[in-house]
Amino acid sequence: MKQSILEICYLIGSVTFIVGLKMMGNAKTARKGNLIGAVGMTIAILGTIFLVEHAFNPLILSLIFGAIGLGTVVGWMTAKKVQMTKMPELVSMFNGMGGACAALISLIELKHHYHTLEDAARDGIQLPTQYGTLIAIFLGLIIGSISFSGSIIAYLKLNGTMNKPIRLPQYNIINLLVMIATFGFGAYLMFAGGNMIMAYGLFALALLYGILFTIPIGGADMPVVISLLNSFTGLAAAFGGFLYDNKAMLTGGILVGSAGTLLTLIMCKAMNRPLSNVIFGAFGGSNAAASNTDVKGSIKDIQVSDLAVLMNYSKKVVIVPGYGLAVAQAQHIIKELENLLEERGVEVKYAIHPVAGRMPGHMNVLLAESNVSYDKLVEMDEINPEFEQTDVVLIVGANDVVNPAAKTDPSSPIYGMPILEVDKAKNVIVNKRSMNAGYAGIDNLLFYDSKCSMFFGDAKKALTELVAEIKTL
Amino acid sequence: MESIFNFFVVHREIIYFIILSVFVGIEVIGGVPTVLHTPLMSGANAIHGVVIVGAIYVMLHINPDDYLALILGFLAVLLGTLNVVGGFVVTDRMLEMFKKK
Repeated sequence: MKQSILEICYLIGSVTFIVGLKMMGNAKTARKGNLIGAVGMTIAILGTIFLVEHAFNPLILSLIFGAIGLGTVVGWMTAKKVQMTKMPELVSMFNGMGGACAALISLIELKHHYHTLEDAARDGIQLPTQYGTLIAIFLGLIIGSISFSGSIIAYLKLNGTMNKPIRLPQYNIINLLVMIATFGFGAYLMFAGGNMIMAYGLFALALLYGILFTIPIGGADMPVVISLLNSFTGLAAAFGGFLYDNKAMLTGGILVGSAGTLLTLIMCKAMNRPLSNVIFGAFGGSNAAASNTDVKGSIKDIQVSDLAVLMNYSKKVVIVPGYGLAVAQAQHIIKELENLLEERGVEVKYAIHPVAGRMPGHMNVLLAESNVSYDKLVEMDEINPEFEQTDVVLIVGANDVVNPAAKTDPSSPIYGMPILEVDKAKNVIVNKRSMNAGYAGIDNLLFYDSKCSMFFGDAKKALTELVAEIKTL
Repeated sequence: MESIFNFFVVHREIIYFIILSVFVGIEVIGGVPTVLHTPLMSGANAIHGVVIVGAIYVMLHINPDDYLALILGFLAVLLGTLNVVGGFVVTDRMLEMFKKK
């Protein structure tokens, strides 16, 4: 009876994960979808605590409730308090926790496994090797650990603690060797047997690989890496499901594993770079030197008073937000600018490049935070034909996504990436802190365009001045 | 060789299950607008927190005299909870902002 109810709990869990994830694919139903997933998860967790057959032990039960209570309070508060610009690193951190959880489960199972073997050997019994179980345990350990240490590095990179890619000499070869060593050692332990010390060694090796895997990758590629590590954790959870023949873990894990992989590929496609290039490639750095297009013309800058007049008397303004806007925390002032211009009868829209910000869709979340209406955020394919009728394009902290070299210069490392065709607009204003190149490390020909003017300064400060200036008109 | 075939036969239902789930995952994500990628990734992140079910399960079967295992199990449940609770709450916060005004 108890067992049947438990199975029904897991069935409900599995179905809510699928339905919830499906509903999250639509802006109208997304929030409800997330809630449905959370309800299913709660049912699966409560079912496990109260319905799984076990020897009653007050210590173990209080430890479980203690861990869940502590985790709920800390997780809830952290998630509620975090600033929206810091969200990508938080997702990465939570992902790492899941990976670590999977790895720890495997370690405990291995401990139990070696213990059982010892007991059997003492009694002179030869136990048959359960390869299926062992595969699930070892792969759960390896993949969970990689996901854990990789996510921690991604977290450090996103919050700026570790802001330069670290590339050991011949890092691709070293990484490959460490990866082979990790899986090879796992296979060795599986077939030749081992002990707990060796299992901890495997744990350490997998953690090391997770670190080596992530450190050479640049900060701007972290979304892709997080998405990939996300699907790794899904996979690790699925191995746990295989181990316990638990359908909720299997569905949840595989669902995230395959959906996460697809999402990773979609992100790479938006950047027009194969996944292999993100992981093994040297974007920027050496490549950048190779592409040195002749730069013709000069850069001109615009004063805040002239810009205020220009924008005030425009019919249509399109704002292109980039990561620079997020860093400068300028999303609220940009909303103020929008309100002000709309009051003066100017049509304002936002052009969102698929990879604007640090994660696809990150810019939407940031702008939504400052109450920018969802309808005003226009995706690239829809806004591109509109630029011809646009009077002013205001680019705030974006660079590579508006670089015409992506269309015209085959030697450019970003060649082929779809861009926002801002050069079709009548005036282009670029707000940047300095003339530094964008993430790809290449010059932007747009800045030399006769229609383009630079509006230098920190996004928040410069826009505040602009808003004040427009108000005086 | 025989053990591999044997493995397949013993686990065939679960192998079917895995293959079908992979396609469900791909199907579910297909056609999602870019604007929802971040919340979706975050939501998927919360869902793989289901690994906590395994952590609780393993914890319930630990020998209470094995202190090391108890510590590891406690940590596993704690980290799993962080993944689940933090994941769902942060996703909800993101999606809250997509409300039509």
